[in-house]
Amino acid sequence: MRFIIQQTLNALQLGSVYALIALGYTMVYGILRMINFAHGDIFMVSTYLGFFVASFLLGWALHLPMAVIFVLTLLLAMFGTSLLAVFIERVAYKPLRQAPRISAVITALGVGLFLENFTLATIGPEPRILPQVVPVINFNIGGVAVSSIQILILAISALVMFILDTIVRRTMTGMAMRAISFDKTVVPLMGIPVDRIISITFALGSSMAAVGGVLYGIAYMMDPYMGIRIGWWAFISAVVGGIGNIRGAMIGGYILGFVEIFVAAFLPSTYRDFVAFALLLLLLVFKPTGILGMPVVEQKV
Amino acid sequence: MPLLQVRGLTHYFGGLKAVANFNLDLEPGELVGIIGPNGAGKTTVFNLITGVYRPTEGQILLDGHNLVGLQPHAITNKGIARTFQTIRLFKDLSVLDNVRIACYSQVRYSPLAAFLHTQRFREEERQTREEALRLLDIFNLRRYAQAQAKNLPYGEQRRLEIARALATRPRLLLLDEPAAGMNPGEIQRLMELIQWLRREFQLTIILIEHQMRVVMGICERIQVLDFGETIAEGKPKEIQNHPRVLEAYLGKGVA
Amino acid sequence: MNRRWWLPLILALLFLLSILLPHFGILNLYLQQVLMYVGINIILTISLNLVNGYMGEFSVGHAGFMAIGAYISSLLTVWVFPKSWGPFVFPLVLILGGLGAALAGLIVAFPSFKTRGDYLAIVTLAFNMIIKSVLENIEAIGGPRGFMGMSKLTNVAWVYVWVLITIFAIRNFVFSAYGRGILSIREDEVAAELVSVNTRQTKILAFVISSFFAGIAGGLFAHVLQFINPRSFTILKSTDVLVMVYLGGIGSIMGSILGASIYTILLELLRPLGVWRWVVGPLLLVILMVTRPRGIMGLREARWLLPAEEVQADAAVTS
Repeated sequence: MRFIIQQTLNALQLGSVYALIALGYTMVYGILRMINFAHGDIFMVSTYLGFFVASFLLGWALHLPMAVIFVLTLLLAMFGTSLLAVFIERVAYKPLRQAPRISAVITALGVGLFLENFTLATIGPEPRILPQVVPVINFNIGGVAVSSIQILILAISALVMFILDTIVRRTMTGMAMRAISFDKTVVPLMGIPVDRIISITFALGSSMAAVGGVLYGIAYMMDPYMGIRIGWWAFISAVVGGIGNIRGAMIGGYILGFVEIFVAAFLPSTYRDFVAFALLLLLLVFKPTGILGMPVVEQKV
Repeated sequence: MPLLQVRGLTHYFGGLKAVANFNLDLEPGELVGIIGPNGAGKTTVFNLITGVYRPTEGQILLDGHNLVGLQPHAITNKGIARTFQTIRLFKDLSVLDNVRIACYSQVRYSPLAAFLHTQRFREEERQTREEALRLLDIFNLRRYAQAQAKNLPYGEQRRLEIARALATRPRLLLLDEPAAGMNPGEIQRLMELIQWLRREFQLTIILIEHQMRVVMGICERIQVLDFGETIAEGKPKEIQNHPRVLEAYLGKGVA
Repeated sequence: MNRRWWLPLILALLFLLSILLPHFGILNLYLQQVLMYVGINIILTISLNLVNGYMGEFSVGHAGFMAIGAYISSLLTVWVFPKSWGPFVFPLVLILGGLGAALAGLIVAFPSFKTRGDYLAIVTLAFNMIIKSVLENIEAIGGPRGFMGMSKLTNVAWVYVWVLITIFAIRNFVFSAYGRGILSIREDEVAAELVSVNTRQTKILAFVISSFFAGIAGGLFAHVLQFINPRSFTILKSTDVLVMVYLGGIGSIMGSILGASIYTILLELLRPLGVWRWVVGPLLLVILMVTRPRGIMGLREARWLLPAEEVQADAAVTS
């Protein structure tokens, strides 16, 4: 039982990261019907951004309190990552909005490869970890080890996801997003600035990835290729939850977190990918819309 | 025996009844029109007959054989061809290929023969090409054979769609608003073409049309749909003065 | 009569060169290796182009089929046949590897009946990941460490022959009723069905043929490198092939030949840049896609690749 609780905590921790990244996939898909394959690498870049910001702030002889450094790291990583994502959208995706959809997907793959290899070439392949910006305190609750980091990750993820959900549901911008995702052709006629909404979507989605990135960097090692694997898992999360659906992406993220941790707990870790993808295939066969989502199927009649 | 028998055809989209209890008996060689306001379910009837949708209820028989549940290409191979309300040509392909594709099921050679370019393959390909060119000749499109379909003028695109439908060697032809977007002169020629095709290819035709002139001019029988229901059927003259038809088209109170 | 008498002549001449140049040491081993990779990539690119370009589907797991061909052929040459038989059974071994991959292609074709676009992309992606994962978990064939012991059976001449077979098989297929059926699926699947194209049959054919040649390429690849492991066949490899397809242009065999050659040779030329060459490649791809989304050839075909009958008959139509 203790083992199960312990693993559940680990699964929630990892699942939070997947959920945060999955949001970016799902939001962009919802609005542009495009799988942004570069998103996993944007997440990777955000982790490195967090790494540099935190290192810089710590090295700066200001002796800022840790909490301030952490919050600044988070905010600056979110800001920097949003800028990058909006820039990529403007330069690489926007010119292709009228082109066949596959062109945009290929471009996204290219952008992703570029980000990976650029990071590799400039920063190097060695794994790194975020400098300590959160005091590590280990609690022992009835034999289950809980660290302050774990609590922080769960709390912050829940908080930002709640904020995002509120933005999408309650603000005019969120309404415009949902309108565009419903029907892109009539929306400009209603005076909604489509380009700006798309930029905001990219900015929001990538800031979520950046939160995930900084939190990931606190708990795990980072390397230039981590965006591939984690990106794919987050992408599967989005599909499992129902791509295009924000709450679905959150649920999907936690499901994948559980799958990964519990497969690794009972099977050799090499089975991890196999189980995740087999699960994905089964789900697509029996419930192609994912748990909460719209079908990923183009009706062509 | 009727060529086509449609019995109790009903179709729902979600909870919405698109077609309700549609019946139609079609004798070989007839030319029947289906009219009705927008959204009356006319195109849905075509989609049901050609197998694009599977009816919620009802029977569709061709020569007494059931068509419900067959894939669209299988239904096409039994002798039903159609055109579309909005033109659906293979835009990036050549005019010739548009017609040749419709000869797909007449080909008897195997994929292996295609790989090896066997004698049989070449002979059948030659026949297919000749057949396609003959159809293009009929529709006066041969000079465009190598052009991309999307570059044809609008009227030619409409004619190419009919040529493509005929390449499947149909007995029953479903025309979905063929006169849409045409000027009076073109409409006159289209009416002559439809009647000529009917004789020349011994076709039975169902025509969906908004242009009353076309329907009244060439159809022998007309069936009127409104909200999926058949509200009237009969000879053109009877339909013209039918109170429920006037009501459906012009609104209540007019009749 | 045949105005293209020079074509077989040139192809035969190239075949002679592919034997003689390596034999007399005019091509050093490095250049031979590059040439073989170019050839293998041409096979991969043309075969993927059949599904993604001609048919307009979006398969992103081509490396999975390649892996099946590579492993089957390697297991056969190492475990089944005596080493001395190697050169004689090599074609058979490759074909068996291709058939294994084709079987997998048959399975992947089924989900494509109901869906296309993103959904199929996810299915093929999952397929690629699962193949890699399965290979990693079979200890008997080396698991994650990989499999070795193959002789260097692939040479420039063999690659050349298979490239020609691929080009002509797929060319002939594309210019047949089946191939036109494939094109019509790309253009408008519903309309295709309604003008009598059996789209399921056509899709199965396209997937099976495409994966067969990917399997052949895998077999050739395994017997150049003499060592394979599951990591050679990840989604990154699939992405490489996608890049070559779209660089060269969809729906064009000449495009695929150009795309595969340019990309492979470019990456070799950029070798002095070290890791930076992996930065330049993707960047070029992005620039190319943004400025020329249809690739170099984009739906156009080189004249020498059109079947002679088509060219002659077309000339007759217009005259």
